[in-house]
Amino acid sequence: MRDVAVVGFAQSDSMRRETDRNEVEILIPVMQELRKKTGLTNDQVDFVCSGSSDYLAGQSFAFIAGLDAVGAWPPICESHLEMDGAWALYEAWVKIQMGYADLALVYGFGKPSMGDLPLTMALQLDPYTTMPLWPDAISIAAIQARLCQEGGTLSAEEMAERAVRDRGNAKSNPYAQVKGDFSVDGILADPYIANPLRKHDCSPISDGASVMIIASAEKAREFQDRPAFIRGFEHICEPMDFGVRDLTSSKSTEIAAEKAGVRADKIDVAELSAPFTHQEILVERALGLDESTNINPSGGALAGNPIMAVGLTRIGEAAARIWDGSADRAVAHATSGPCLQQNLVCLMEGN
Amino acid sequence: MSEDPIEVFLQPIQLDYDYTAGVSASRFLRAIEQGKLLGQRCPVDGRVYFPSRGSCPQHAVPFADDGAVELPDRGTIVTYSIVRVPSENIPLELPYITVQVLLDGADTVLMHVLDGDLDTVRMGLRVEAVWKPKEEWTTSLANILYFRPLDEPDADYDSYKEHI
Repeated sequence: MRDVAVVGFAQSDSMRRETDRNEVEILIPVMQELRKKTGLTNDQVDFVCSGSSDYLAGQSFAFIAGLDAVGAWPPICESHLEMDGAWALYEAWVKIQMGYADLALVYGFGKPSMGDLPLTMALQLDPYTTMPLWPDAISIAAIQARLCQEGGTLSAEEMAERAVRDRGNAKSNPYAQVKGDFSVDGILADPYIANPLRKHDCSPISDGASVMIIASAEKAREFQDRPAFIRGFEHICEPMDFGVRDLTSSKSTEIAAEKAGVRADKIDVAELSAPFTHQEILVERALGLDESTNINPSGGALAGNPIMAVGLTRIGEAAARIWDGSADRAVAHATSGPCLQQNLVCLMEGN
Repeated sequence: MSEDPIEVFLQPIQLDYDYTAGVSASRFLRAIEQGKLLGQRCPVDGRVYFPSRGSCPQHAVPFADDGAVELPDRGTIVTYSIVRVPSENIPLELPYITVQVLLDGADTVLMHVLDGDLDTVRMGLRVEAVWKPKEEWTTSLANILYFRPLDEPDADYDSYKEHI
């Protein structure tokens, strides 16, 4: 395996509704900021990979306009995924592992505020038996939360604790959307929006973008004194049919964490992109995290959920804590599909 | 109840969007509502992009707010195609000519239709826009009905060869 490190990152604010700019215009200043911070020029980039969704943009091939923010002349080597940028990073990492590239530019961007996100998400369900019912994403997650609560896997109090923690942590994150001091009692007094989920159990809907540079060890130190070396990188997908899955645990996260070697040593920082509080608990458990880990210092997905960028942002937030020396070993998590169907785990170390 | 197996079913899908054109495209659309054709000059190499977009796709720099360039409604056909197959969203009588027009002063081409002779349409042909009546103008490129040939000598090949 080649040593590959995360060496540059920039993100936009998570915004409930960007009224004027289109999704490419949200991406452009983030790309500009990354170039300014790192001095990156296009001739240094061997591979470009992005994640976004035409269903969010409401236009086929909308992602191609994203290349306006990159600059695609002279011709570049480029790929796109209809997935979170964290998976685009995975593709770039594989490209570097295979020796086809030494440095890659990766980005994710989305503007879900243009459509009805909970309904748009129904399109990722089984197209024959589930999707025709148009179940919205929050109701689907609520079924999972109900199974977890009734089976004794977790409690409403524990869920509220995650919201309090994450939104409290997010106070120091200038990019976060939902932040502040909340209390478990206050949250539990709120009405349900999809029983047993309350508003605070759900991540916000966010417009936003993030951009990252990864590089082989030889190039990494040109950008960072203390690069965040990727020591384990795995993603696992569970079946599409809800009926064959155990929705009260995150088996795919568990396997990915095992393969990535997460439990081999202490984790200083974890950044999780679970969009619902009960899912965050399932992911924490699957990763084997306890009080010794600083979980979601940025606030995680519950404080800002720029869909298609949120997973990549978790990796960027975790990497930043290795760059500044506040963590030696960090894990970032990204998810895709309903009820934590597919999960990605990225383990990074400073040494 | 029928015992026949279900082989096909229809699943209508509709998603509604509150679409945002974006800052740059909005500027373009507001201008065309006034009958103005607005391009955008790249701050790096000075090329003029029409219609305007958020940034220069070659240099990846945002277009400056003062980089807007008003272009004339005449130009040169750099390439064309004679269409003999109907298309749902183009209500024109067949056959018709689609053209790529390089507006004078622009560096990117505009796709439109030509009201011209199938036998004499050619690269280099000089054309001008024919607009809808002013009272029908909206924020749409459809304000231009079509292009028609100008009574001018053809443009020199060298003047548009970079834009084919």
